[in-house]
Amino acid sequence: MTLVSAKTIARVWKPLVFAACLLPALQLGLGAFAIAGFSLGANPVEALLHGLGKWGLNLLLITLCVTPLTWIVRAPWPLRFRRMLGLFAFSYVMLHFLVYAILDQGLAWNFIVEDIVERPYITVGIGALLLLLPLALTSTRRAMRRLGRRWAKIHQLIYPIAILGVWHYWWQVKQDWREPLVYASIVALLLGARLVRHNLRKVRSAVAGKPTTELAPGQTRNPI
Amino acid sequence: MLIRRPNDIRSSEITDKDLYLGRRRFLRGAAATAGAVLAAGLGPRIALAARQRLDDVRKTDFGKGETPNSYQDITSYNNFYEFGTGKADPAANSGDFDPAPWTVQISGEAEVTGEFTLEDILAPHPLEERIYRLRCVEAWSMVVPWVGFPLGDLLQRFKPLSAAKYVEFRTLHDPERMPGQRRPVLDWPYVEGLRMDEAMHPLALMAVGVYGEVLPNQNGAPMRLVVPWKYGFKSIKSIDRIIFRETPPRSSWEKAAPNEYGFYANVNPEVDHPRWSQKRERRIGASAFASKIPTRKFNGYGEQVASLYSGMDLARNY
Repeated sequence: MTLVSAKTIARVWKPLVFAACLLPALQLGLGAFAIAGFSLGANPVEALLHGLGKWGLNLLLITLCVTPLTWIVRAPWPLRFRRMLGLFAFSYVMLHFLVYAILDQGLAWNFIVEDIVERPYITVGIGALLLLLPLALTSTRRAMRRLGRRWAKIHQLIYPIAILGVWHYWWQVKQDWREPLVYASIVALLLGARLVRHNLRKVRSAVAGKPTTELAPGQTRNPI
Repeated sequence: MLIRRPNDIRSSEITDKDLYLGRRRFLRGAAATAGAVLAAGLGPRIALAARQRLDDVRKTDFGKGETPNSYQDITSYNNFYEFGTGKADPAANSGDFDPAPWTVQISGEAEVTGEFTLEDILAPHPLEERIYRLRCVEAWSMVVPWVGFPLGDLLQRFKPLSAAKYVEFRTLHDPERMPGQRRPVLDWPYVEGLRMDEAMHPLALMAVGVYGEVLPNQNGAPMRLVVPWKYGFKSIKSIDRIIFRETPPRSSWEKAAPNEYGFYANVNPEVDHPRWSQKRERRIGASAFASKIPTRKFNGYGEQVASLYSGMDLARNY
């Protein structure tokens, strides 16, 4: 399959996905400076904050789709996009936090600390950001090699991060819970599918009497 | 139920000439727009586009020194869940809404009750412009040049009985015309209320316009409350019922989340919303790099209204 060969992915698809991931930031950036007719409306700080947060969450969920996609296509090539998508998710979440801290709160640390301590939805959001940090820091090939088997364990943090992210969104909505509900359903589906598959495999290997083989991070034959 | 039709002969006998001329200009403006709409055959969207000036609006000193937000900000960033929960939804979804004809039903503990046309409601009241700060419970604020008249002047006309301790207001409930009401986001119709002495306070305004023009649909046409020392959600829009009550009405937001939104909802930086701080607010229209400004108790109108609440624990009566 040349369409998804390592070369095509590296030369064609990855640059395209990279550009696509930049689009929301571009739109928000143009709006922030009112360039080319783009606008963020009457409350640009809120529009930036919500736009970046939502795209952080979107990309987080898209990253979580990669593994199920390998099951569907029965091929490992989607994994080649995972690091880039995850790093974009992290970048948007980080920008979301920076807009909060710098533009929304004006770096008033007493207010920021009060928010983190006293407002549960912000506590939860900061929790998600802190958990994302080690994932971003260990996203390099070198970290992967060095950490070996532990790498996969660490990167399973994405599961609680996704839950915290949706929770963070849900908790600050005023009365209209439609959108957070959609996000929660998608997370439930993505995590539920993993759980079901994991348990099925356990049962199957128990029936076959075979020990479950541990995979090194580079091996992607049957990723969970 | 009594439906009063506008009666030009009788009102000319009892109403000051300046006033009824002003009113007729208002009505003529509305009729002209309606005519233009019919002629163009393009539906009421035109009515929104045609911004109508209100005549004979007296300027006042309220808000002297404040810089009002732009018309664009005031009419594009709204909380009006009857037309959707996003800030841009009311402007986007209220174009087809036609607030005419409009009737207001008055009931409860008052001598004069019944159903009145909007024209009858507005007729005796000279219009004035007041620039008020508006502080939303979501911690943003604006400065709005409203056009209206003191709420108390209107309520007096119905001769409230001594049993009338509270006054309840309701927004039109018509899911056909207000698409946001097709989903149970809140318990429709939207209900708000004031204690009688709050309602009679000279700062409480019944607004019919903004920036010298007829109130746009997204801002609560044809008639809305403005209670500047309380969070914005108390300033109920598109009012079609007023009920004088002995007991406090339960407001829509109180019903939806009683621990977050109280009956009084006075602006108060000392009492945080359970989920966010009320100590500061973002002034809409300021630069993205401008810092938030400190929120003032009673939204800065404490000198006038604090006495209404003397002896009350405002942390409990939030």
